[in-house]
Formats: sequence, C-alpha cells, structure tokens
Amino acid sequence: MPETVLLLALVALPFAGAVAAGLLPTHARNLAAALAGGVALTGLALVWVTYPTVSAGGVLKAELAWMPTLGLNFTLRMDGFAWLFAGLVTGIGALVVLYARYYMSSDDPVPRFFAFLLAFMGAMTGVVVSGNLVQLAFFWELTSLFSFLLIGYWHHTAAARDGARMALTITATGGLALFAGVLVLGHIVGSYELEAVLAAGDRIRQHPLYLPALLLILTGALTKSAQFPFQFWLPNAMAAPTPVSAYLHSATLVKAGVFLMARLWPAMAGTEAWFLIVGTAGLVTMLLGAYVAIFQNDLKGLLAYSTISHLGLITLLLGLNSDLALVAAVFHILNHAAFKASLFMAAGIIDHETGTRDIRRLSGLNRSMPFTARLALVAGAAMAGVPLLNGFISKEMFFAEALSVEAPVGFLNILPFAAMLGSAFSVAYSLRFIHGAFFGPDPVDLPRRPHEPATWMRFPVEILVLTCIGVGVLPAATVGPFLDLAVRSVLGNTVPYYSLSVWHGLNLPLLMSVIALAGGAALYLLLQRRLRSEIEGEPLLRHLEGKRIFERAMVFLSWRLARRLEGIASTRRLQPQLRLIVAGAFLAGGAAVWLRGFGPGNLPPSPVDPVLALVWVVSGACALGAAGLAKFHRLAALILAGGAGLAVCITFVWFSAPDLALTQLTVEVVTTVLLLLGLRWLPKRLRIEGERGPEVLTRTRRIRDLSIAMGAGGGLAALSYAVMTRTPPDLLALDFLARAYTEGGGTNVVNVTLVDFRGFDTLGEIFVVAAVALATYALLRRFRPAPDSVEPPSQQIDQLLAEPARPVSAETQPVADWLLVPFTLTRLIFPVMLMVAIFLLLRGHDLPGGGFSAGMVVAIAVILQYMIGGTEWTEDRLAWLRPRVWIGAGLLLAAGTGLAAWAFGRPFLTSYFGYLELPVIGTVPTASALLFDLGVFALVVGATLLMLVALAHQSVRGRRATPRSATMAEPVARTTIAARDA
Amino acid sequence: MELVVSLAIGMLAGSGVWLLLRPRTFQVTIGLALLSYAVNLFIFSTGGLRTGADAILKRGEAGTLAQYTDPVPQALVLTAIVIGFATTALLLVVLLAARGLTGTDHVDGRERER
Repeated sequence: MPETVLLLALVALPFAGAVAAGLLPTHARNLAAALAGGVALTGLALVWVTYPTVSAGGVLKAELAWMPTLGLNFTLRMDGFAWLFAGLVTGIGALVVLYARYYMSSDDPVPRFFAFLLAFMGAMTGVVVSGNLVQLAFFWELTSLFSFLLIGYWHHTAAARDGARMALTITATGGLALFAGVLVLGHIVGSYELEAVLAAGDRIRQHPLYLPALLLILTGALTKSAQFPFQFWLPNAMAAPTPVSAYLHSATLVKAGVFLMARLWPAMAGTEAWFLIVGTAGLVTMLLGAYVAIFQNDLKGLLAYSTISHLGLITLLLGLNSDLALVAAVFHILNHAAFKASLFMAAGIIDHETGTRDIRRLSGLNRSMPFTARLALVAGAAMAGVPLLNGFISKEMFFAEALSVEAPVGFLNILPFAAMLGSAFSVAYSLRFIHGAFFGPDPVDLPRRPHEPATWMRFPVEILVLTCIGVGVLPAATVGPFLDLAVRSVLGNTVPYYSLSVWHGLNLPLLMSVIALAGGAALYLLLQRRLRSEIEGEPLLRHLEGKRIFERAMVFLSWRLARRLEGIASTRRLQPQLRLIVAGAFLAGGAAVWLRGFGPGNLPPSPVDPVLALVWVVSGACALGAAGLAKFHRLAALILAGGAGLAVCITFVWFSAPDLALTQLTVEVVTTVLLLLGLRWLPKRLRIEGERGPEVLTRTRRIRDLSIAMGAGGGLAALSYAVMTRTPPDLLALDFLARAYTEGGGTNVVNVTLVDFRGFDTLGEIFVVAAVALATYALLRRFRPAPDSVEPPSQQIDQLLAEPARPVSAETQPVADWLLVPFTLTRLIFPVMLMVAIFLLLRGHDLPGGGFSAGMVVAIAVILQYMIGGTEWTEDRLAWLRPRVWIGAGLLLAAGTGLAAWAFGRPFLTSYFGYLELPVIGTVPTASALLFDLGVFALVVGATLLMLVALAHQSVRGRRATPRSATMAEPVARTTIAARDA
Repeated sequence: MELVVSLAIGMLAGSGVWLLLRPRTFQVTIGLALLSYAVNLFIFSTGGLRTGADAILKRGEAGTLAQYTDPVPQALVLTAIVIGFATTALLLVVLLAARGLTGTDHVDGRERER
C-alpha cells in the first residue's frame, strides 16, 4: 500500500502544487518559488526513497480502477528506467525552480509561471511512471498542453504566441497519432498494460498491423523530440522564458520522445522498418541540426538547434537496433540533460545581465563575469565532447557503435563519417558559443553593464557542471549504477558488456574524436568571416524552412480550405438551409416509400363525421389564410393560426384525448398573447397599391417553395393516412394501461406516464423549459426594442398630456379609467382562475388536468391582469410574484422528489402512492408523483410568467424612457392633436 | 374520418412549410406553429383515431386497448406541446432582439441583395 501512496503522491503532488501556486497573489514571487522548489525536492526525495527497491530489480506498482469495464486501470509503475527519468524530471526541475526564482522579473505574474511549471512537471512525471499506454498518451497530451502554456507565458509578444501555437499544433497532433498507435498496439496485444505490451514483442513485430502501429507511435515520438521533418517547432519554442527552455530542452518535453522510443524498444525495435525510420530520422536530424546551429546568432537559437542535433544522435542510436547502442543512447540522454540545462542557464544569465543574446554583439565577457564564463566553458566543452567530460564518453560509445553496426542497407556504411561530421559541427558551434560570448575584446554598447549574477542564480549551473566533470572523470563510480539500473530494466537480463571509463586505449573511436575536435576547430576558424558578417541564417539550406511550410499549411487548412468548404457546403442564409432540411426529410420519407412500397392499410376507414369535417374545412382555410397573410397582415395571420390551433384542440377532444385538449387550449392562449406582445416591434409592411408584381426571379422562387410545401404537406397527409388505416402497434400502451392504477396509483394514464413511468423525461423537459425561460429573460434584459411601429392610440396620448395637468390623481386615476369594465371583470375572475388551476393540479393524477395545464392557467390569470390592468398596476399588487423563485422552487421540488427515492433505497424517481381522506374535499390521491407534478406546476408558472412578463415589461421601459426624452413623445402628441383640430 | 384528419395534417404541414421558407421572421414563427400542429396531430394519430374510447381508467382495473385510448402518443404530444411553446417563445424573443439589433425582420439579419 505505501507503494501506491508514494507513486500517487509523486504524480499528484506537482498538480496540487500547481493549483496552490495558481491561487497565490500575482506578486508572491518568493512564496511561489519556495512552494515549487519544495514540491520538486519532495518529488526528488520520493524518487530517492524508492531506490533500494528499484535497484534490487524490483518494480513499484500502483493500480486504481479507472474504467474496469474497458479493462483500463490507472496504473503507475516505476522500474529502473522510469526511476532514472523521474529523478531527472524532479532533480533538474528543482534546479530550474531555483534558477527561475532569480531569472524571472518581479513584474511578471511569477506564481502563474510556477503553476504552469509544476503542472508540466506533474504531466512529465505521469508520462514516465505510467504503467498503462492509454494513460501514458493522456499524460503525453498534458505535457503538450502545459508546454504550450509555458512557451506562451509572455503572451504579450507575438513570438511567444506563435511559438506556443506551433509547438502545440505539432506535438499535440503527434500525441493524437501516438494515441491512435497505442490503440492499435493494444488491439494487437489485447491489453494496454505496459508490462503485457513489453512482453509481447515478438507477437507485435510479426503482426500485420505492426507497421501502422509503428508509424503512428513514431509520429508521436519524433514530433515530440523535434526530429526531422518535425524539427522546426523547437527553435520557435525558445520564445519561452529561459528557465523553461532549460527544462524543456534538457530533461523533459523533447526527451519524452526518446523516452518513449526507449520504453517501447523491447516491444517494437529490432526490425528493418524501425531501423530505417528511426535511424534515418536521427541521422538527418543530427547533421541538419548541428549544421544549422553553427550559423545561429542567437545564443538560445544555437542551443536549440544543438538540442535538435543531440536528440538526433540519441534517436540514431536507438534506431541502430543494437543493445550497446541503447546503452549509449540512455547514457547520452543523461549527459545531454546535464550540459544542456547548464548551458541554457548560462545563456539566460548572459541575457539577464547584459540585455542581449546576440553572439555578434557579445564579446569578452570572461572579464566581467569570470565565474560564469568558466562554468559555461566546461559545459560547452562537454557538449563538444572534450575528454574528461561526460559528453566525451557517450560520444566515444556512439563512435564505437557507428563503426560496429552491421548496416542492413549498404549506404549506411557512411555512418562513421556522418558521426564524425556531426561531431565536428558540434565542436564548431560549441566553440562559437564559448569564444563568441566570453573571449575577444571587451563588449561595446551592450544594453546593460555586464556583471556576475546573484550567487544562487549560478548555483544550479555549478551543480550541473560539477556533474559533467564528475561523470566525465569517474563515470563508473558516479553514474554507473544508475545507468546500469535503467538499461537493465529496458533490456532485461540480456544487458551486454560495456565499460564506462575514460581511457579505452588507442583505438579507432579515439582517433575519430581527435579528428572531430581538430576538424571542428578548423571549421570554426574558416567560417570566421562568414559568421561575423551580417548575413542571417545558414548557407545552402536557408530557404528550406520548415516553419514557413508549416505556416503556409496552417493558412491553407484553417483559412482557405475552410472558407472554400464553407462556400461549397454551407451558407449563412437561413432559407437554403431550411429548404435543404425540408427536402432532406421529404426525400428520406420518399426513400422509405420507394423501398418498401406504399398501400392502404388493413383497417376500413371510419365514417366521416360532418361536424368535424366542417371544423376542418374552416380551419384548413384558416391555415392557408395564415400562410397567405403572414407577410402583410400579421394580426390576421395570428388569429387565423389560432383558429387552426383551436381545431387541433377540438380534434383532440373528439378522439378521446382530454388532457391534450386542455394543454393545447391553454398553451394556445399563452402563445397568442406572447406573439401579440411581440407584434408591436416588427416593422411596418404595407402592400402598396398599384405596385408592380414580383419579379420573375422572386416568382420562380415562390413556385419552387410552393411545390416543396405542397410536396411536404401531401407527403405527410399520405403518410398519416397510411398510418391511421393500420392497426396501431402495441408497444408500451398495454403495459402502461395495466400498471397505471395498480402501480402508479392514478387513473389518468397520460398523467401517470408523465409524472411516473416517464418521469425522467419530464424532468429533462422542465429543465429545458427553465433554460429557455432564462435565455429569454437574459436576451430581453439587454434588449433594445426597435421603435414602435405604430403610434400610441390617441386616447393614450391624451392621457399622457393630461397626467401632468392633474397631479393629484395622476398615479392611479387615469389608468383606472381605461377599460373599466373588463378591468373589474378580470379582477373578479383572478381568484376563480387560481381555484381552477389548483383543481386541475390536484385531480391531475386521476382525471384530466395536471401540472402543465394548471401552471398554464395560473400564467393566463396573471397575464390577464397585466393586459387589462397595465404592467405597473399589476406589479404593484403582485409583488410576491417572482417568476425566478417559482422556477427554482419547481426544479428543486421535482428533482428533490426524485432524489428522495434514494433515501428509501429505491432508484431515482421511484414513486409512492396512497389515498388520503380529507374533510370536506374527500379522498385525495397523495402519490409522491403529486409532489413531482407540483414541481412541474411551479416551473411552468415561473417559466411562462418570466417570458411573458419580460416581454410585457418592455412597454414599461419604453414609457419610462419617454419622460426622459420628452422631446420625442411630445411632438408626436402635438402633431396628432394638431391634426385632429385641423 | 381518417381521410379528413390526414388532409388536415397535410394542409397544416403544407402551410407551415411554405411559411418556414419565407424570408420574414414573423412568417417563420407562424409557420413553425402550424407545422407543430401538424406534427402533433400526426404523432397523436399514430395511436389510432378512436371516438368514445375511455381516457380514464376505472379504479382497480388493468386497462386494455379495446376499451381505452393509447396513452403513449398522448403523453408524447403533451410534452411536445409544452416544448413547442417554449421554443416559440425563444424564437420570438430572438427575432425581436435581431430586429432591434439589425433593423430588419429578414431571417438573415439583412435584406437580400438584388
């Protein structure tokens, strides 16, 4: 169990620290740094604690059920290789935190920086200790995400934004490829557990899906490690603060790619495809990166390309399919981390203390910052592969491998020469870094006067440089056991013999080293003139810029292609879209008829009832009239549509559906009122007499739409006739009918269905209604109504003018005088309507009624008061009416009734029922469903009122606005009066 | 009777679709209302047109389709009526807001270029 806690803490702690750091105040630089340092050191300590177990060949594991049904567990697994990387991530992380404390300016929001850094550290730790490949891919994407945030930390600069976006695009796309590859791998092996995959190497390599899996996984690894042809994102990522670059380039982000290749080495390597892809990518990257690095004028740019080159070297070693090469690769991962982190930090110090990173402007800094100069000198020498430093030893191993590898392809006999060439380039750019910055005459007009940095800023560099020397002089004693541990956990028991020592005697690799050192120095001397010139970029390859290709591709994909596709497949106009939808629905129905045939059903048609037929003759005319008049005569169209709605209502009654009729009737009323309220803000549209008829184009459009409409109407008529003349299927009806009373406790089956059998649907529905009501309200709050299309009636204007003249009774009197008779009647009818609503609600379970219709009735009662009494009058008296409270109460009541079932150990929304004898009223059904229905009722009241009141309220707003701009209302009134007088 | 109701559905749907394809927002609103009548009636009719069938159970009895109407389409339509009301309200407010913002009642927020 402690294993589980320990591994979980190792991964979770950085994330927790990230959240904590993110919550710190913006300028708490020291606190955030202390927190981050503490987390990193704790992580390192946790890693160290596991050393005894891991070094004895043990594997720590922690498993938590994640998605057990899919066979996925959240597995953390620490073996020697993961241990080494976890140590690297946390150890260098701690040094970077210390360095960043001094590097970051207190003007920047430093806690946010540390929050990102810690989250990134957590993601990286997650990658290295993942024992499950899907989980590994998840953490992998997290590293992409957090590196995006880190690179873009100074998001006010365009370079940071572009660099971050490019890094994210490339690495996250690679991550998706990796995920796909992992899925293929899991399909081959039958498990996503790392151990199972590693043990199934032979099966994987012989599987027909091996190549797709390999390509996908390598896409992930090579993009992450900035290998050719994806190398271009890394130099652009140096827009990040330098501590981030030091961390990303040395121990983390780019190392994740080579980590993955080494991790899956036992499962996937050893084939010709692996050799060709990985080896070639590594070789090209190594040479290309080193070549380009020589010609960089920016210290960080030089280091970025050298990172690319060294990662190419590691990738090449991994691609050689030899156990010894793997040892060399792992060793070089460590060495590169040490010297590259210290060099980035040194570059950061130079930038920090002088204000520039341009090698051409820097010179002679060894006099003003002697200590830093010596540290950088050692680290640079390690990068160049000078003897007695760590870079030398792994380079010797590389040379030995380059000589001994049995290339299955002939042309790779050039490998030793390529190795020497790359190494010579590496010497040249290392020389350029050191010589350019620290030697030569004193610098002139630098932005700042150079001096040594704060002692603690240099401290991480000192540690790292000491490591370089220690490993370089006494490799076996210092790094030996750890390297052995890591390699053993990858290769198992077949670890080849290798010797970690400085002196292997006079042999070919040593000779190659000497040649490379001399060649590199000579190259640097020869290139002096070119390097001092103003020419930017490297010769020959300058125009082959991956970045530019990437940007063109992005512009094409995200802009031109998208626009073109939109132009072809979409439109911003509504009508064609609706036309497509209707035509699509028509064709879908037509296809069914085409395929399955169409014929009359088995039932004889029932005799035509002349009354209902007459009703439909009238309302059919209503529907057609509404269609015809909706453009120029909105009010008439609205009334006609209401007529059609009433006919629907009658039809429901006719065919034994009283509940539907009730709901339809009340909804009809509310909808009509709502639309009436909206009419006033629509623009005038008058048919001008004697106007020319519509143009030909318009006419053809109308003919087309008319045929679509007739097709749709005719199709639906035919379809419904065919349905109605068949025996209806008995899917759920019998079940519902049988259980409504015995199990639901109600005789109104429709209501029991709504509040009990399908209560969950109803719950969802009332949430939708609530959301719609709130959306309406929100829209109307910011609503600026269009000017009223019609002037207020003359009575109203008279009133407005008269009010100031009669100040005593102005409050109520004039308003009350309007519509006095209906006003009195609606006041009388209000309590009656509320009674009706309660009646409908209570009887709903047994007789037609229920929460929906009851709620609508209340809403109608209230809106009636609004319409006749006026908004202000009503709101003065109905202040208790808070629609939003009703909505909230309704939702809580309905959901709470459902949840209450849990208290009795039943599933959500299980209902209970009984009958209660009340005095006077009699037997009342008291099912828990009644409470649910009460919730529905409250919600319908609240939602409907919220919508209606919000809309009705606009008129008050308009009137309130009028006195403030009295100039607007008065001229209208005056002209009207003047017109009448005349 | 079936013929009458199906013709009614057809007429409602045809008028609704015609209005749906018109360029003015108010036309579309009315069109949607008509179309939802048609669809509600259609769904309702899938349970069969029964005059005089009981809608309310007798106490203590397990009902059968011989005597009672099919409650399932009715429950579906009842829900549809309420949701239809909510969407009509939302559509109305959106079109009013669009009219306030764009100054036109064209469905695209701007008049068609000629």
